[in-house]
Amino acid sequence: MSATTSTLGLAVRDSVTMSRRSLRRLIRYPALTVSVIGMPLVFLLLFVFVFGETMGAGIGGTGGGRTEYLHYVVPGILVMSLAGVATSTAISIAMDMSEGIIARFKTMPVARVSVLTGHVVGAVLQSMLVFVLILALAVVLGYRTDVTASGVLTTAVLVLAISLALTWLSVLMGISAKSVETASNTPMILLLLPFLGSGFVPTDTLPRGLAWFAEYQPFTPWMEAMRAGLGGTGAGTDLWVSLAWCLVIGLAGYVGAKRVYNRDPTT
Amino acid sequence: MTHSPALEITGLHKAYGDHPVLRGIDLEAPPGSVVALLGPNGAGKTTMVNVASTLIRPDSGTVCVLGHDVVRDAERVREQIGMTGQYSALDSLFTGRENLRLMADLVHLSKVEGRARVDELLERFDLVDAADRPAATYSGGMRRRLDVAMTMIARPRLIFLDEPTTGLDPRSRRAVWDLVREQVAEGVTVFLTTQYLDEADHLADRIAVLDGGRIVASGTSEQLKSQVPGGHLEVRLGSPDDLPAAATALGDAATVDSDALTVTMPYDGEVAQVRSLLSRLEGVDVTTFAVHTPDLDDVFLALTGHAATAETPIDPREPQEAIR
Repeated sequence: MSATTSTLGLAVRDSVTMSRRSLRRLIRYPALTVSVIGMPLVFLLLFVFVFGETMGAGIGGTGGGRTEYLHYVVPGILVMSLAGVATSTAISIAMDMSEGIIARFKTMPVARVSVLTGHVVGAVLQSMLVFVLILALAVVLGYRTDVTASGVLTTAVLVLAISLALTWLSVLMGISAKSVETASNTPMILLLLPFLGSGFVPTDTLPRGLAWFAEYQPFTPWMEAMRAGLGGTGAGTDLWVSLAWCLVIGLAGYVGAKRVYNRDPTT
Repeated sequence: MTHSPALEITGLHKAYGDHPVLRGIDLEAPPGSVVALLGPNGAGKTTMVNVASTLIRPDSGTVCVLGHDVVRDAERVREQIGMTGQYSALDSLFTGRENLRLMADLVHLSKVEGRARVDELLERFDLVDAADRPAATYSGGMRRRLDVAMTMIARPRLIFLDEPTTGLDPRSRRAVWDLVREQVAEGVTVFLTTQYLDEADHLADRIAVLDGGRIVASGTSEQLKSQVPGGHLEVRLGSPDDLPAAATALGDAATVDSDALTVTMPYDGEVAQVRSLLSRLEGVDVTTFAVHTPDLDDVFLALTGHAATAETPIDPREPQEAIR
């Protein structure tokens, strides 16, 4: 390790190594991936086949039904699936931190942040996989849109930005958790937030206090922008508000996680 | 090439909150030596290893590894050390080979170099047959061997072994001891912690006894033993009827244990004393005779006032895992 080797080059190289490690862990321990696919899958089926008819009538008036509700709920469930991956990331980070191997990494000349970026890269790829699978299932169930090229781009940017932001946040949660159990509880709030937004019902049907909260929490612009992107209508301000939220959440997660990772244990 | 000590600790203090763990440690490990840090649970052994291996920062004092300060020059230190924590530091979901490959990648060996080094280590640590099985299926001894193999990947000049044989069966312990000796034969300096006196006795050139955050004694095993006044001689008698006769023959210095049928007396290490004892017992039915030289257990007891293996109360804030 000569002094001439660039620090950034080594950081990238170590991050690639750690990303490969995370992906291999995901493959070796498929239970977590199965659960992150299973959760939005069950919600999609539940909301379309059980609640769909009634909800559709509520949203679309007399002409509304199951198909209308399918089109309304899919963007919400897709965003929720990204939150689901984030919760599983928090668990897998907490599991990793409880093993002695992290101490080993810290005593090696390894770029420190690479352990965390490895997990993030793994989680973002996992998010994309889950997103595509759930979208494919929605199409099988009859989801059709006049999606445009710019809509696809908007959606792709949103998926990447939201999953990066939520993943860094979940890294912070997982790394700060005192135990694997805590790590699995804290991020639950992320799964609840789509319900307290425009994911499953329009926010103007909510009681006033809740409607106000729904308007100003990140999941609403995320789901609205996703709805617009997939629907082929321009996302407009929702897109910029969404990206601003992603930046704030992602940065806070990154800075916090790095600080917790580098601090002395127990102090 | 520097001739500085492999490890040099001066005035090291470390506290967790207001609970002092290390209270002024001075210690030196010459290159190529094996230094054992001996102490009961909660004595601060792991904390010392964690400070010296750059995992945690000292509150005060300096720690230099091969001439580099562990705080100011942590990266240079990390390039030259290997650390095997108390809890196995490997990825259970990975096979032995994959664990070693991961290490090879992280120390930036090329693909070819890495593969060769991994094969070499699998061979040397007797893991060839298990190389492609997940580490989760390994026995305790195999996990330890893989652990140490991972530590050796970058050919470190100083390795830390934190309680390397805790929880291993006697055969696996021997195997780990052999591995440690092999590394030493290649010039690696070893700093190990243990709560087993015989482990320190077998492996270490120098032993430092840590108790309550302080080094209460240090030196070679022989030097430590010589600090304890003498051993004792013990005779076991054939029947209780012989006890009065033996007691009379040996005088006031003897201690009689009528249940165990033994009589013991202090021993100054002179052969003449053994000869006189046996001649005085002429006619008494002696079944066994034993000479006890002081062992490290006696040393530990004498130095700290409590037995080495006795558990001192562990502060709840003391980390029980290597790192959290």
